[in-house]
Amino acid sequence: MLRDMTLGQYYQSDSIIHRLDPRVKICGTMLFIVSLFLFDKFTGYVVAALLLFTAIRISTVPLKYIVKGMKAIVFLLLITILFNLFLTPGEELISFWRITITKEGVRTSAFMGLRLTFLILGSSLMTFTTTPNNLTDGLEKLLNPLKKVHVPVHEVAMMMSIALRFIPILLEETDRIMKAQIARGADFESGNIIHKAKAMVPLLVPLFIAAFRRANDLAMAMEARCYRGGEGRTKMKPLQYRKRDGIAYAIMVIYVAAIIAVGFIPILP
Amino acid sequence: MKAKVIKKTKWHRKHSYMAIIKTDELVFDYIRRDEEGNPEGITRAVDHVDLEVNPGEFVAILGHNGSGKSTLAKHINAILYPTEGTVLVDGKDTADENNIWEIRQKAGMVFQNPDNQIIGQVVEEDVGFGPENMGIPTKEIWERVEESLKAVGMYEFRKHSPNKLSGGQKQRVSIAGVLAMHPKCIILDEPTAMLDPNGRKEVVRAVRALNDVEGVTILLITHYMEEVIHADRVIVMDHGRVVMQGTPREIFSKVDELKALRLDVPQVTLLAHELKQRGLDLPDGILTIEELTGALRKYMPI
Repeated sequence: MLRDMTLGQYYQSDSIIHRLDPRVKICGTMLFIVSLFLFDKFTGYVVAALLLFTAIRISTVPLKYIVKGMKAIVFLLLITILFNLFLTPGEELISFWRITITKEGVRTSAFMGLRLTFLILGSSLMTFTTTPNNLTDGLEKLLNPLKKVHVPVHEVAMMMSIALRFIPILLEETDRIMKAQIARGADFESGNIIHKAKAMVPLLVPLFIAAFRRANDLAMAMEARCYRGGEGRTKMKPLQYRKRDGIAYAIMVIYVAAIIAVGFIPILP
Repeated sequence: MKAKVIKKTKWHRKHSYMAIIKTDELVFDYIRRDEEGNPEGITRAVDHVDLEVNPGEFVAILGHNGSGKSTLAKHINAILYPTEGTVLVDGKDTADENNIWEIRQKAGMVFQNPDNQIIGQVVEEDVGFGPENMGIPTKEIWERVEESLKAVGMYEFRKHSPNKLSGGQKQRVSIAGVLAMHPKCIILDEPTAMLDPNGRKEVVRAVRALNDVEGVTILLITHYMEEVIHADRVIVMDHGRVVMQGTPREIFSKVDELKALRLDVPQVTLLAHELKQRGLDLPDGILTIEELTGALRKYMPI
């Protein structure tokens, strides 16, 4: 039952967005998110939407896949929109009972809604088109300068990739322990939430012990294969910028320029 | 790769060529501790073991649980250090900190649980992990990965996720991972203990091929008798000591002694042994079904 769970929502395909260097995608996503907060004009969102939907189109990830990911934040989105709608002071538009909707409120809530939606769409496009492994590699390379101030960048990246490797194994193990406990009469289904939480204890204890044993074995196996930290290590698949990555950066620069330009042209709404 | 240098050697001490693995009066004590961490007593896991493995040899170590065979293996990879005595790997002392990485590269180790020794999320990345750690240039890593995966017959799985492989396949990937470091010798610590019979056969076949074709020295630790019949030499351990040593044929001809050590004898050997006790004239130490049927032929009417 737990095996069907997937983490790290990667969509297998072979588009040019998939093949881009992970660093480009991370930087691009960051830039895109920041850019969303740089303007307060509707034209700006048209430019952002143009970039976002072209990128989604090129990536060949079906739009409904990405929109499905939005479900998780629908609630947050609604709260944000409603609060902004009702609580922004300004020129009165509609008023009934104790609720007043102002012109400014409509504008801000629309902006916030669009911002959040674009933010989620943009960042999920990144996770849909980049394997978790590539993502950790990209992060390691990007954060490399932090090594100078003694941030253990390589170690963190290694931990992330090991964690990703062990997620399915630990899920399988949980499944096995659960079945073993059910076979001996444990009940994980009935009762209220406190009951269910208590029933998890005999599941978590063996799981933790098994995880520690695995960690110990893995550390030994890594040392036996000469692992001694990031120092003096070479890469089997080193990240290398190609022509397409340069083009992607150029597009990002043009996009930012366009966004700023939109801000300076006074006649645009 | 060079051809196999020696076949069927005796473990003579005065050999002119240098042994790859040499232990001299090796002793290892585990300190047992109570719940507060105070020492309670000492368990001697390895007790004065002299072992010599020559280049190209296939040596199997047999023993019941707790016989000290895994502890011995961990010494050869410099995971454990001797309490007394010395361990030399390719002439280098494992007790010297400066030698550790060279020793671990020369004597690769494959462990029992395939899930707990695969680091990569893709087969080829896992095989490349060792060479990456050694600082091998990218281009050469790819060559080594390809060659090692081909040697264990897993090349067509190079793009797969290790989670989707069977136990035997995972263990072959682990062996390829060690092989890519170009070791002189591979130590396999019960590599088949968690596998089904088919997986066991797969792994043993891969190990034998490495020894025969590539001339890699093999030290196989196991408690499955069927796996040792192809070894050049078998060492039997009990309570941390070496109790028997010899070719598989010599070892398996001592059926009663093996039983006393709580070790099983391959079924064919056992059958031959019992037939012999009932008065049939059969040679000692029959290892395969073919040998037994051949020896029984003379009793057939036609």
